[in-house]
Amino acid sequence: MKLPDLTELALRNLRESFLRNFLTTVGISVGVASLVAMLSLGTGLQQLFTRRLAKSGLFDTIYVSSRREMRGMGREEERNGPIPGESRILDEAARVEIEHLRNVSEAYPDIRFATELRFADTPHLTTISALPQSAQSNDAFEHLQGSFFSSETAPEAVLQKSFAEELLGKTPPLGAPEPSVSELAQPLLGKELVMRYAQREVAPGEAAGTRGIASGDDSTGASYSVVSREQKLKIVGVSDLDPESMRGPTRARVFLPLKLAESLHVMQPTDLREVSRGASDQPAYSSISVRVKNPSQIQSVEDAIKKMGFTTFSIVDASRSLQQVFKVLYAFLGIFGSLALAVASIGIVNTLVMAILERRREIGIMKAIGASDADVRKLFFAEAGAMGIFGGVIGVILGWAIGQVINFGTNIYLKRQSIPPEHFWAVPWWLVGFAIGFAFLVSLVSGLYPAGRAARLDPVQALRYE
Amino acid sequence: MTTAPTVSASTITAAIRSENVCRHYRMGDTVIRAVDGVSLEVPAGEFVALLGSSGSGKSSMLNLMAGLDTPTSGCVIVQSHDLAKLSREELAKYRLHVVGMVFQSFNLIASMTLIENVELPLRFAEVDRGQRESRAREALDRVGLKARVHHRPSELSGGEQQRAALARALINRPKLLLADEPTGNLDSHTGTEIMNLLRDFNQQLGMTVVMVTHERALAERYAQRMIFLADGKLVEDRPNRPALEVQP
Repeated sequence: MKLPDLTELALRNLRESFLRNFLTTVGISVGVASLVAMLSLGTGLQQLFTRRLAKSGLFDTIYVSSRREMRGMGREEERNGPIPGESRILDEAARVEIEHLRNVSEAYPDIRFATELRFADTPHLTTISALPQSAQSNDAFEHLQGSFFSSETAPEAVLQKSFAEELLGKTPPLGAPEPSVSELAQPLLGKELVMRYAQREVAPGEAAGTRGIASGDDSTGASYSVVSREQKLKIVGVSDLDPESMRGPTRARVFLPLKLAESLHVMQPTDLREVSRGASDQPAYSSISVRVKNPSQIQSVEDAIKKMGFTTFSIVDASRSLQQVFKVLYAFLGIFGSLALAVASIGIVNTLVMAILERRREIGIMKAIGASDADVRKLFFAEAGAMGIFGGVIGVILGWAIGQVINFGTNIYLKRQSIPPEHFWAVPWWLVGFAIGFAFLVSLVSGLYPAGRAARLDPVQALRYE
Repeated sequence: MTTAPTVSASTITAAIRSENVCRHYRMGDTVIRAVDGVSLEVPAGEFVALLGSSGSGKSSMLNLMAGLDTPTSGCVIVQSHDLAKLSREELAKYRLHVVGMVFQSFNLIASMTLIENVELPLRFAEVDRGQRESRAREALDRVGLKARVHHRPSELSGGEQQRAALARALINRPKLLLADEPTGNLDSHTGTEIMNLLRDFNQQLGMTVVMVTHERALAERYAQRMIFLADGKLVEDRPNRPALEVQP
């Protein structure tokens, strides 16, 4: 029998026992819906994590340092690499060279210093770090109160929540509920901070009013003064999350625009070492953060930087193991979701076996007028397959709807907890195709036994059946 | 049926030939001999009546000729092919292309309209949709059911249902028409109508007709030959002169 005839007869037969076949199809759709719900939760969570991690900058950033600083993470390299004293200096020229490597989106120096900030005539000591404008997309600033820096040179500062608490004298005791970030930002935004810092001045000067530390060696000609300076900063934003949580105790709590920080020539810890080694008058960076265009390119960029003679560090391996975790999660959710479909497949077997008993005589008639075993088998397969496809389509719609409802409900709960809404659910097209295909396949497998049994019916016996 | 064994040329003119055919069933320790060593030959184009009382084995013999059942021993040869040696697939093709069958209880599929019932064998034969419909209409027209094509069997009288069953049996233009008590569920008037149609097919289309009946009078009026069975054995085989014209 041809496929269109098979389909037509199968649909006609399904319509004849509508209620029973409809209930079986509902069983399949519930199974598919549970599978879709589980897998779309897995997909949604994976997408959420990937999105978050991409924004965190952890997986697309390489930290580069000079071997002179001995800050490399690879002990192996430290033993076998060039002697630290002879390795290359991480200066502006090196930064530009790294920035021009393929797949690098930006390379910026890690400017970080501990200093004193005065707010309302009270001094506060903290670590300050410089950020490029691109850091605006970092998810730590996603719910920033106020705004990010207006430009790379603007005399502006963004505070971390804990420093804002300190400035306002609102640091909560341990275990007490923290004040909200908007509450903290309100009295601070637009206010002025005065930063006192040590500036490195290339030309040795003994100008009046400056307390200079002259350092130098006539044989090398490299010397500079350290001058105490002040810089006024306007508070433009207060951040809830900590963009430098990875750095532990050395993390900064106040952030400045990168170009502004560079122009200040703040004395860096490396400067003193360079002086003692008799290096050039060019400032050297303690480390550089390099952002790649895509996390998958991180390894090749890292290798290129290592070839230049620097030490690198990234957490690309953590990303790989995360993928493994999601594969296991997927399999687990998939197995759970398939359980309902397995139960539904028993429903298909039951429905088709009932259909054989009811249509025994009809099968006998078809055989008497020329239907082959294969025709009868195909007809039952077509009926099972049709139920599978209908169940699959309804199930995908149902699964999608369940996902939307749960997503909606979860976000209401999150909103009440003052947590921003998220998308936990994702039904990609491949999942739609897979779910319908899987339902079809399960139905065909369920139809194997009934179809075989119908095909083997003895026509003489079947025709006698009343 | 290309792989089926063929028989000698001397028997080619026979539409059906059985040689010592047996069909035994086992029920517990008892063996039921439904057909027990029947040898007969039906020439092409003949109208034969198989007669006998209930349980004489006439329907079992017809099932063996139709390829619905396989003999326990002996052989049934139709168009040079030994049905006992055909595979299930080959037997299905034989039933589809060589044999048309009519039953006492009509055996139409209740959920289908008449035209759908009639064209069902053409679906199995993978005939194109357009051709299928015209052939089914033609067959229904031939049995006088032109106006009833879209009715379901339950909406028709017994006689009309049997005529539709005849149209279905005709649709694949078989050489052999096997009828199992075709008038058994009909009154005498409609029974005569059906019998006239069977005779028309035999005479006008040259079909070989084998009809099972227990009504001797009916057989005498239409059959050219009467074969009597009792307890699964052939007890009498004699020619008959049918009536020229029978009015319903």
